[in-house]
Amino acid sequence: MSADPLQVLASAGKGESTRGLLRVIILLLIAAAAIASRLFSVIRFESIIHEFDPWFNFRATKYLVANGFYNFWDWFDDRTWHPLGRVTGGTLYPGLMVTSGIIYHALRALTIPVDIRNICVLLAPACSGLTAVATYLLTNEMTPSPSAGLLAALFMGIAPGYISRSVAGSYDNEAIAIFLLVFTFYLWIKALKQGSMLWGALCALFYGYMVASWGGYAFITCLLPLHAFVLICMGRYSTRLYVSYTTWYALGTLASMQIPFVGFLPVKTSEHMPALGIFGFLQLLAFLDYVRAAMPSRQFQTFLWMFAGGTFGLSLLGLVLATSAGVIAPWGGRFYSLWDTSYAKIHIPIIASVSEHQPTAWPAFFFDLNMLIWLFPVGVYLCFQELADEHVFIVVYAVFGSYFAGVMVRLMLTLTPVVCVAAAIAVSTLLDTYLRAKLPKPEEIQAAEASEGKKGAKSGLKSTSKPVVGVYAIWGKSMMVSALAVYLLIFVLHCTWVTSNAYSSPSVVLASRLPDGSQHIIDDYREAYQWLRQNTREDAKIMSWWDYGYQIGGMADRPTLVDNNTWNNTHIATVGKAMSSSEEVSYPIMRQHEVDYVLVVFGGLLGYSGDDINKFLWMVRIAEGIWPEEISERSFFTPRGEYRVDGEATEAMKNSLMYKMSYYNYNNLFPPGKAMDRMRNSLLPEVGPTLSTLDEAFTSENWIIRIYKVKDLDNLGRDHTSAAAFDRGHKKAKKASKKRGPRRLRVD
Amino acid sequence: MAPKRNAAAARSISPAAPPPTIPAATPSSSFAATTTTTTKPTLSKPSSSGGGAHPSWDKLVSNVLAHYLDTTPQRTKLLDAFMAFLVAVGALQFVYCVVAGNYPFNAFLSGFSATVGQFVLTASLRIQTAEANKGDFPAVSPERAFSDYVVCSLILHFFCVNFIN
Repeated sequence: MSADPLQVLASAGKGESTRGLLRVIILLLIAAAAIASRLFSVIRFESIIHEFDPWFNFRATKYLVANGFYNFWDWFDDRTWHPLGRVTGGTLYPGLMVTSGIIYHALRALTIPVDIRNICVLLAPACSGLTAVATYLLTNEMTPSPSAGLLAALFMGIAPGYISRSVAGSYDNEAIAIFLLVFTFYLWIKALKQGSMLWGALCALFYGYMVASWGGYAFITCLLPLHAFVLICMGRYSTRLYVSYTTWYALGTLASMQIPFVGFLPVKTSEHMPALGIFGFLQLLAFLDYVRAAMPSRQFQTFLWMFAGGTFGLSLLGLVLATSAGVIAPWGGRFYSLWDTSYAKIHIPIIASVSEHQPTAWPAFFFDLNMLIWLFPVGVYLCFQELADEHVFIVVYAVFGSYFAGVMVRLMLTLTPVVCVAAAIAVSTLLDTYLRAKLPKPEEIQAAEASEGKKGAKSGLKSTSKPVVGVYAIWGKSMMVSALAVYLLIFVLHCTWVTSNAYSSPSVVLASRLPDGSQHIIDDYREAYQWLRQNTREDAKIMSWWDYGYQIGGMADRPTLVDNNTWNNTHIATVGKAMSSSEEVSYPIMRQHEVDYVLVVFGGLLGYSGDDINKFLWMVRIAEGIWPEEISERSFFTPRGEYRVDGEATEAMKNSLMYKMSYYNYNNLFPPGKAMDRMRNSLLPEVGPTLSTLDEAFTSENWIIRIYKVKDLDNLGRDHTSAAAFDRGHKKAKKASKKRGPRRLRVD
Repeated sequence: MAPKRNAAAARSISPAAPPPTIPAATPSSSFAATTTTTTKPTLSKPSSSGGGAHPSWDKLVSNVLAHYLDTTPQRTKLLDAFMAFLVAVGALQFVYCVVAGNYPFNAFLSGFSATVGQFVLTASLRIQTAEANKGDFPAVSPERAFSDYVVCSLILHFFCVNFIN
């Protein structure tokens, strides 16, 4: 069945150059598909920056483009972390911004005027096209079959695990870093295979670029030494390994130290010590290798023992001394949480509070990788079959990557490339076996022999000892091939579906469906930020939970107290304390920090799950970490251990600023006694909370964002509670009926 | 010249360095200065460490020396001399850092990594050009190795100069 068109195709692509051309065209098409599948969000919504972190990157890029590189490098940002400020130029990974800046200026030089926003939005899809090409190159180093490379490129191009971080508009470090990751690995394999200094130096350069772009560079810093170490342990030390590794390490470490944010870390922290250790170890091995050639083996034995023992003892002593003297910093908290998943929960709530730092749920693997996840072990097995140096790399990467992907949702991203490569090797081996149109001839015994092992593995039968068992029956071939084709098609469908439904929402703009099926856009975030931009002083300080810091800085252009760069736990805890305490405690805190407006996100009216009441417990926990005697998480739970917001909520909950701000005036929307929180499905008490130190300044259309103005000190020197009580008493007598009228008008 | 002279002192302090082969390279090489400075520690070191510990230690080192002198081509010896010089300079910097403190840490790091980096690059060049390793590097001819070496050294020193402040 499949033989005839195949032969036609084979005869069409006989010549080497034709095949090369075909390969290039296919690769280009794959890159185009990778880009196209990431554009859902642009088509559905608009060309807009997504989520939270990208807003900071976008703001930094605008600063870079407007003020030039040197100003960017020395940028001190006084509009974040009020009143501390942030040395932004020295505490960010500049790779992403510099890349878009270069593209911007290059396009300008070519007289193509493109808005910097569009470059930022489309950078991630463009890089994903490059990632597909890099994956092709990497896979080609693993196997002689050219189809494996193309398949790997295709998988990489559309695998949801990677798309999740690289749709148009998610202008984040990972957008560019995954390309650099894969390409660095490719260069490393190339350097290792050829034992060439030049490839090693290129690897180091791209490693430097990677360091400049993403904190995840530590993954490379640990993986390459591990690969080298495994090779050495397997007795595969070679001069090629020495040349490539030492060149990479010597140049790459220097390159990484050029980034101000990294600075001296490569020689001072434990994360980087394995690389240094292997570097020293390789020097030793090279020396021993040389000496071995120069002396008889018995002498060498004694020499080896004395030399190795002495060096080991000395270096161990040195390491212990250095660590105890504090020269080498111990492992950071984020790394501890990689070994012990509950570490962060106990010690660093701020890390645990980020949803992408949670351990991965197992359906996520199927969701993000679909059929690749079960082809992945087959590919790793096939690597074991050959087990040259580069296959060892895939095996090591697979083990390492799987572990980390299991520990942290976000690191699914680093697993995806190796899954794509391994799965592509598996699929292409299957296809090569079953698509062979001709019957096996004696000359092809060798080729058939090679693919035999894999078949034996699939069926669990040992058939390798037979002379040749080709697949003769045409129906067997066609069944196998068509089954694979169906799987591949389903994979494409799944990827498109996941991309379109799960990963293409900007989360700044929400979409919902009206009963008639038409799309309804909920644009509360931008409405509120626009209000801030238009109606507040330019230096009005906004207090909100840290999630919204970058967005306020980017969209509203107002100074914030805390933002998503969570470098100062105490400052965040201060905000958490202000949010979770009663007004009498919060007001002095807000005055001290010169807060003008407080912003909360409330999803009760719409049933929006990502609101502040749902995140509230994290604020409490983080505040409790600093002030355990003032804030206690327990007091926010009812005696029966429930987290409630309705009439049975605890006193601490009802008095907290967050609760009051969320539900202030909310019951006026409903008939008396019917106020309903649609998110938490609970009936609210009939009398809503009262606020005496804050004034409601703005509430967005769907009540998602509520902004409050912090009252100034009272003119008559009263405290705010009594002033408010006085006002209320005054008003109640006069215009109790009037008060509700305008509110309702405004809301409906 | 000063660093080299001091290097001799530095060398005899650090026992873990691989002196037996490398310094021996120098007797016939053209760098007179390096020759004199680097051979001295070799002579003193094996005798001091080998005398007490092991009877065959002396013979062992002399074996290696003889083998080295017999089989190494002149050009490679030149490379070895350069490597010995780099080890000396690196050790000197390290000793300075330990003794006098690491205050301009940037400067120390870039100076030290320049020597270390240059050392491994030279070692790589030496490995790639050695006759015995031909089979390991089918893709790398000696000329290619040298041009790679030049390019890598340029990159290395660019980074060092940029980092030195």
